[in-house]
Amino acid sequence: MRATHSTAAVDGINPPRLERSYREGRTFLSTLLSVVIGAATVIACVPLFSVLIMLIWRGGAKLSWQLFVELPPTAFEDGGGFGNAIVGTLVMVAIAALISVPFGILAALFLAEFGPDSKIAAAARFCAKTLTGLPSILAGVFAYAAVVLLTGTYSAPAGGVALALLMVPTVLLTAEEAMKMVPARMKEAAVGMGCTPSQVVWRIVLPTALPGILTGVMLAVARASGETAPLLFTALFSNYWLVQDGHLALMEPTASLAVLIFNFSGMPFENQIEMAWAAALVLVLLVLVINIAGQLLSRRRL
Amino acid sequence: MTPTATEPDQTAKSAREQATSDSIARPPSGFDVYADRLFRGLTLVFAALTVVLVLYLLAEVGGNAAPAIQQYGASFITSTTWDVNKGRFGVLPEIWGTLYSSVLALLLGGFFGVSIAIFLTQDFLPPKLEVIFKNIVELLAAIPSVVYGLWGIFVVIPAIRPVADWLHQYLGWIPFFSTTLSGPGMLPAALVLSIMVLPTISAISRDALASVPPRLKEAAFGMGATRWEAILRVILPTASTGIFGALMLGFGRALGETMALAMLVGNSNQLSISLFSPANTLAALLALNFPEADKRQEQVLMYAALLLLAITLVVNICGAAVVRRATAHLSGERK
Repeated sequence: MRATHSTAAVDGINPPRLERSYREGRTFLSTLLSVVIGAATVIACVPLFSVLIMLIWRGGAKLSWQLFVELPPTAFEDGGGFGNAIVGTLVMVAIAALISVPFGILAALFLAEFGPDSKIAAAARFCAKTLTGLPSILAGVFAYAAVVLLTGTYSAPAGGVALALLMVPTVLLTAEEAMKMVPARMKEAAVGMGCTPSQVVWRIVLPTALPGILTGVMLAVARASGETAPLLFTALFSNYWLVQDGHLALMEPTASLAVLIFNFSGMPFENQIEMAWAAALVLVLLVLVINIAGQLLSRRRL
Repeated sequence: MTPTATEPDQTAKSAREQATSDSIARPPSGFDVYADRLFRGLTLVFAALTVVLVLYLLAEVGGNAAPAIQQYGASFITSTTWDVNKGRFGVLPEIWGTLYSSVLALLLGGFFGVSIAIFLTQDFLPPKLEVIFKNIVELLAAIPSVVYGLWGIFVVIPAIRPVADWLHQYLGWIPFFSTTLSGPGMLPAALVLSIMVLPTISAISRDALASVPPRLKEAAFGMGATRWEAILRVILPTASTGIFGALMLGFGRALGETMALAMLVGNSNQLSISLFSPANTLAALLALNFPEADKRQEQVLMYAALLLLAITLVVNICGAAVVRRATAHLSGERK
């Protein structure tokens, strides 16, 4: 290294100083950079605290029981709530989970257990990794083309399909990782007892990998609950309850918390803007709770 | 019981029956074998479906975009007008806006992301504090983008407006500050976008830095290097491929980010290098125009979606390949 080389040249004249001195350029530079980088880290944490404080301050002020049980207000109306949006978000995430969880886990079983080195597994792995980088708006475009154009209406299942497309790669890749962590000797013991490969999977691999798989599912669910872009033109929005006059309006536009925040944030009415903040607080709490539950599950595995 | 010579078959049969009923180990029955084949076939189908899904996605978006591709061809990419009434469509401003906002976000988010990664891997902090900071940065990734958009409208834009006005007034001759910030614009959008790509960049860079063999750093310290001489000349160069991959993946994330930009960038169809002027991106164009599109506009928007898909796929696949090569390179070196 050049720095050592030049010091050695100076050594011929002076004996080396062994104490740190801030008058020496390289020591000073090192400390300076440490301070800069520490400041950068602290500055990067500022937005998070700013977001959280604003959510608690502006969203918390509006929070009341009314918000959870009433319908969104119209333009000049006071009060109102977003009960239908909470129901809509939960229903669409549930639809997405019903599609993506079995899909992801079954595909992961093939990738991890039945044909890890096959060409199909390699192709599926590549596709799943590619899908993780898919912009969420394109999931919406796909669901629009595949479901909305087909059924001729904006609906909760269309939104669910769009969210499922975003959940599949997360569920699949984390489940594959979790299954690979299952010790080979446990599986070998089961084979030795006369289990078929499927029985090994059902009795050994799935129960052992379950916490890891659930963590992946929780992460995917948390991400999906906060997504807006895929719902904008698949589920659209609605000012009414999902159950109207006793029948389920599943094949009609459906409200969601995220789209409500987007719609209300651009409105010039104070009531709607306050409501957007309150909805944002509820949405962030929902996402954080699911995230933390997922983290706790993965911790138990260790 | 001693087997008699006349009934060897019966004895073997009863022994087998006994094994089937009492012992834990037994051979699979015919039903088990069929169930096994069926189940394995099922998982194979779903693995194949993953591939089919990607192909179907490409076909569906491409198929719907086909009429627009035939009609507008390459002029769609080079033209700057978007006029629904006259039926003239061009997305050059959107492509520019997408790339410009992503590059700005990458510069800022990259600086902070890599700084955090260094700060949290090079023993600056006690391990407990490192974990706390790591969790805080991961929390940034958990907040939905629409909430960042809301925060951007009501916190970031009012906060940067005085700074932007001052810069425009005194340094307006610099092209970057040539317009005033009238509300939504490129700078607030890029600022919020940089916060959103930061967790991606810092997490992957941290992995890259953590996988640098400790003996390299120890050797540098042994030769009398200061902490930063070791970081800048030994650790960063060794981890550079991984960090580059992290930046690529962060860039891919920024290109496709929708909501924060749709809410903050101003949705204005213009080409400008000014940081304060409103602009538009491909993703925001889709988000804002799709709900009210007619059949023709839908095809045009599908074409725009296909462009966005192509750009993000290329960037993401390259980024993933770089990260994979970096980890393979380092783990090979450790042997």
